[in-house]
Amino acid sequence: MCVKRVPETGARITLTADAQAIDTSLLGFTISPHEECAVEEALRIVAEHGGSTTVLTLGPPGAAEQLQNAMAMGVQNAVLLETDGSDWNAEATAAALAEAIRAQPEPFDVLLFGNEAADTGDYQVGVRVAHELGLPCVTGIKGIAIEDGKLTARREAGGGWEIFELPLPAVVTVKEGINLPRYASLPGRLRAKKTPIARIEPQPRASALETIRLVVPPEQETHVKILGGGADAAPRVVEVLRDLGLVTS
Amino acid sequence: MILCLVDGDPVSLEALTFARGLGEVEALVFEETDVDGYTTRARRVVHPRLGDYAPAAWAQTVIELEPEVVVAPGTDRGQEVLAHVAARLGVALAANVVAVAADGDALQITRQRWGGSLLEEARLTGTPKLLTVAIHAVEPQPTGVATATEEFAPSLADEHFLVQVSGREQPTAGTVRLDTARVVVGGGRGVGSKEGFELLEELANLLGGAVGGSRVVTNLGWRPHSDQVGQTGARIAPDLYVACGISGAIQHIVGCKGAKRILVINKDEHAPIVARADWAVIGDLHEIVPAIVAELRKNGR
Repeated sequence: MCVKRVPETGARITLTADAQAIDTSLLGFTISPHEECAVEEALRIVAEHGGSTTVLTLGPPGAAEQLQNAMAMGVQNAVLLETDGSDWNAEATAAALAEAIRAQPEPFDVLLFGNEAADTGDYQVGVRVAHELGLPCVTGIKGIAIEDGKLTARREAGGGWEIFELPLPAVVTVKEGINLPRYASLPGRLRAKKTPIARIEPQPRASALETIRLVVPPEQETHVKILGGGADAAPRVVEVLRDLGLVTS
Repeated sequence: MILCLVDGDPVSLEALTFARGLGEVEALVFEETDVDGYTTRARRVVHPRLGDYAPAAWAQTVIELEPEVVVAPGTDRGQEVLAHVAARLGVALAANVVAVAADGDALQITRQRWGGSLLEEARLTGTPKLLTVAIHAVEPQPTGVATATEEFAPSLADEHFLVQVSGREQPTAGTVRLDTARVVVGGGRGVGSKEGFELLEELANLLGGAVGGSRVVTNLGWRPHSDQVGQTGARIAPDLYVACGISGAIQHIVGCKGAKRILVINKDEHAPIVARADWAVIGDLHEIVPAIVAELRKNGR
């Protein structure tokens, strides 16, 4: 599976002076939420069907921390595609990942991604990698079952579900909610620290989508009207509901 | 040609409205949606094998029309189809755009990062230019001019149907959908337990609305993940959002900022969500919500 290191933002995002990135000097980092579920899903698939798991990430040297987090959860192998820390565009990220995946010694059955990274939110790296590798792919998945060499994937649609069947190997991008990721155990953490991480230095390339600057949107603060404190405010709440046309009588 | 994908989700009309800002738009209608009045021209896609959604087949249909610009709604399908088009043609894709302006042959775009709590200004070049429109970034506005519709039969092959919807599970009858509900009653950590949500259910039922929850609540298993409002859950746009015991982390705010009005019930008057609210009641939701329910019942509902 492929994961991304993203900052853990608090209540407010602060930018660097050149407005090209988030100021992360005071922030910790984590695996992007959908991708943490991809790691958990991979571990569940292997627990049920056997096999092994490999996690890849493209990011700065510090992204080794996220690979170790995945290994602490139970992933066996880790590959770091090391960058200088700048944000890579989706095309370059996908090309580098596809090349690294092709170079893996073992063939794979399932390649998992998060549906979109929490920070850049490009919604496309998984699909691009699938095309580079010539594999079938489906996105936004919240349920996976594998049987007889076939993968069944479930996606939320219109309040219900739509179901896809894919031949293996296949690329699937998952969403939070597909599972509840486990916490890393202490022995897992110790083992992860000792496991070596394979390192690759990929080459960046330009995109036709060129970032100019980042902007923190102005806070849309409203003039809040306090209707009261406690249960005594109920009649005033109902008055508001009636004004909005939500109460008929 | 500026092409706008219509995927069956009502937010397609938002994308059509947005696309009109770039010039004359042709709607490419895959699933029955009434686009009349939203665009001058529409093509309804007809193909014997397109009875159900197939991402690569939809992408091929877009490619066959050789558009200069393609706009799609920021839905699962919109993002997925344009990602396929981008990968096939080796061009860029700008996801979740909120504003666009022509700049010679390029487009100046503003797009969402972090679910919209951060914006990126960027320049998009190349052909075709692909962009998805952030959900609830624009209000759907008809032009009032009737739409001329013709059928379009794309040339599709087996390879485009390798992945296609093969089955469907319908929602439970009578449930109100979170993403289209007129009223959403949301609960956070302050609700205290899975059982605590029964209070919110009762209020939502009386108002004909749906119940939602913060990420904390779905991670604790108090509500199913499909009820999550936030960056990793649903983007809602009700007339009224009632936020109970929710502090208002960025992750949650980006999911509910499409609400027209927000009523907050919270113990802490300094909680970040109070600053976003139209009305607030300060106090314990376990006393306030039953009191509102009783008051509504007293009024004959």
